[in-house]
Amino acid sequence: MKPIYIVILTVLTALSACSKKDDAPQPQAANKATLSLQFDNIAGDRNLQLNTGTYKNASGEQFTVQLLQYFISNIKVRTKDDQEFIVPQDESYFLVKESDGASQFCKVKVPEGDYKTLTFTLGVDSLRNTMDISKRTGVLDPTGGMDDGMYWGWNSGYIFFKMEGTSEQAPIDPTGVRKFRFHIGGFGGYSAPTFNNIKTVTVDLSAAGIARVRQGRESNVHFFVDIMKMFNGKTNISIAANPQVMFSNYSVNVANNFSSMFYHDHTEN
Amino acid sequence: MKKRTLYLILFAFSLFIYACKKETSIKEAVSTFLGFQKPLNFPDPVYKLENNPITENGFLLGRALFYEPRLSRDNTISCGSCHIQTSGFTQHGHDVSHGIDDRLGSRNSPPMMNLAWNKAFMWDGGVFDLDLQPVSPITNPVEMDERIENVLAKLKQMPKYVSLFNKAFGTEEITNARMMKALSQFMLMCISANSKYDKVMRKEEGQVFTADEQAGYTIFKDKCSRCHSEPLFTDGSFRNNGIAVGPNNDQGRYMATLNPADEYKFKVPSLRNLSYTAPYMHDGRFLTLNGVLEHYANEVKATPNLDPFLQQNNQLGISLPADARLKLLTFLKTLDDKDFVTRKDLAEQ
Repeated sequence: MKPIYIVILTVLTALSACSKKDDAPQPQAANKATLSLQFDNIAGDRNLQLNTGTYKNASGEQFTVQLLQYFISNIKVRTKDDQEFIVPQDESYFLVKESDGASQFCKVKVPEGDYKTLTFTLGVDSLRNTMDISKRTGVLDPTGGMDDGMYWGWNSGYIFFKMEGTSEQAPIDPTGVRKFRFHIGGFGGYSAPTFNNIKTVTVDLSAAGIARVRQGRESNVHFFVDIMKMFNGKTNISIAANPQVMFSNYSVNVANNFSSMFYHDHTEN
Repeated sequence: MKKRTLYLILFAFSLFIYACKKETSIKEAVSTFLGFQKPLNFPDPVYKLENNPITENGFLLGRALFYEPRLSRDNTISCGSCHIQTSGFTQHGHDVSHGIDDRLGSRNSPPMMNLAWNKAFMWDGGVFDLDLQPVSPITNPVEMDERIENVLAKLKQMPKYVSLFNKAFGTEEITNARMMKALSQFMLMCISANSKYDKVMRKEEGQVFTADEQAGYTIFKDKCSRCHSEPLFTDGSFRNNGIAVGPNNDQGRYMATLNPADEYKFKVPSLRNLSYTAPYMHDGRFLTLNGVLEHYANEVKATPNLDPFLQQNNQLGISLPADARLKLLTFLKTLDDKDFVTRKDLAEQ
C-alpha cells in the first residue's frame, strides 16, 4: 500500500471514531458546565466588614473582625432524581478569604443538570491532611506564614477555619493588643486519635432555588455565612472566657457551631 | 611569522579544550555518590523512598538548602545552625535551641540521624512525615520566623538555585514540594551506622567488643533495651521517663494529641552518638551522661503516665550500681560514629 493511502485510511478511521462518539448518548464529561458556590460572609443582620464593622455576640461582647478565612472542599451535588456527582478531588479545594472577593466564589465543573442538594466540607479531609507533599498544591500548599497561613507546621495538619479580631473583652496578649484568635483544625490524628473538627454541610436548595447547571451559563448558589452563628450556637462562645482557641479540646465547641453558619439565600441561574 | 603565531595560538587553545574535556570526564568518573543504602544491620526504612527517589543532584540541592541561611527571615539562620554535623546534628552546648534574634525555643534541638527509620518527628511526634518537618522550624517565630513563600521568592532570585532545581528535578521550577523533597533527600542520607557497635554486629574489620564493652552491652540489654531497642537504639515510642516536670510545664506528646494518657511523654531518643550530642533530654537539662544515669538510678519522679518499666516491684527507677554505670558508659561509647560527624559529604561546602 502506498503511504498516502495509509494516511488517508488513518484519517478516515480517526474521523469515524469522532463521529461515532457524537452519535452515542452524551457522555457526562463532555457536558460539564460551571457551578459556582458563593460564600458571602455576614454578621447577623449586617454584611461583614473587616476592621471597621463592630458586632456584638450573645455573650454581650463587642468585637471587630480583622481576618476571616476557611477551607471549602469535597463538593458533591445531587439531582432531584438522586443522581450524585462528586467533583474530582484535585479540583475540589478552595480557600475562602473575606479579604479577597474572588476567593468567595468556588467554581467547579459538574455535568449539566438540575441540582437540589449540595454537600461540601468545611475544612480539609483527613486523607489530604496526610498525603504526600507533592499532592498539596494550590491552596493546600503549606507555604503561608504564621499569620495568614492555614497549616500547623508543629503538629502537621491544616487549619480549617481562622478568624481573628479585637474585642475590649479580650485580655491583653503578649503583643499588647486585645485580640482574639480562633484557629480551628484537627482532622482526627495520624498515628494517635485526636478530635475531629471536619464538618460536612449538606444544603437542600429546593426552598431558595435549585441550581440549573447548563453550558454557556453559570449557576451561582449564594450562601450567607453568618459568623454570629459561630459565637451563638449549641455553645455560646465567649471571647473573654476563650480569647485564643487553637489546637485544644475546647475547639470542638466552636466547630460544632459551624454547620449552622451556612444559610442558602438564593440561586442565580 | 604571523602564520606561525596563529598556529601556535590555535594549538595552545586546542590543548586547553582538551584539558577541560579531560577534567569533566575525570569528575564524572570519581563521583562516589551511592544513593540511599540501607545498612546491613538495619531494618527496612519507614520513609516512603518510592515517593522521593534519592539522586545525587537531589541530595546536592538538599545539602545547599540545609545550609542556606535564606530560609530564615533575616538570612541569618540555616538548618545547620541548630543541627551541627560535628555535634551529631544537634546544637552543642545549648539546652534549648537558639534561633533568630537570639530567641530561645523551649526544647533541645534533637540529633538528625537515621531519619528514614523515624515514625514521627519532634519531641512530641507532632509531625508525621519528614517532607513536612522543615515547615515547622522555618515558620516558627523563635526559630527561623520566615514564610515559605518568601523563601521560595528568595531562591528564585539566585541563578545557583535555578540551576540546582533544574538539575535535581528536570525543570527550573522552584516549589515548596520540591524544596521539601530535596531537604528530605539530604536528611535521609544522614545515616549513622559506622560506629564500633555496627562493625562488631556486621563482623567487619575483625572488630570485637572489649570485655568491659561486652559487660556494658549485657547491662544495656537488661536495663535499657526495652525502650532504646537495637539497632536504632530507640523504639520510636513516646514515654514518660520520670524526669521532674520543668518550669514551663512542657506536657510533651499531650500537646500534639490532647490525650491525657500522653501527658509528659516524649519521644525516646536514640543512644547513638551521645558523645557528640550533649546536653540531654527534651529540654537539655542534663549536661553529662552521668547526670542521665543518676536520674534513672535515683531521681525518677512518679509524674502522671510514668513508664511502667520505671516503676517495677514498687521501686522507682532502674538499679544501676557504680560498676554497672561505668560499664554501661563504656558500651555507649561504642555507639559513637566518628565517620558520621566528620564525613565531608554531609558538611557545609
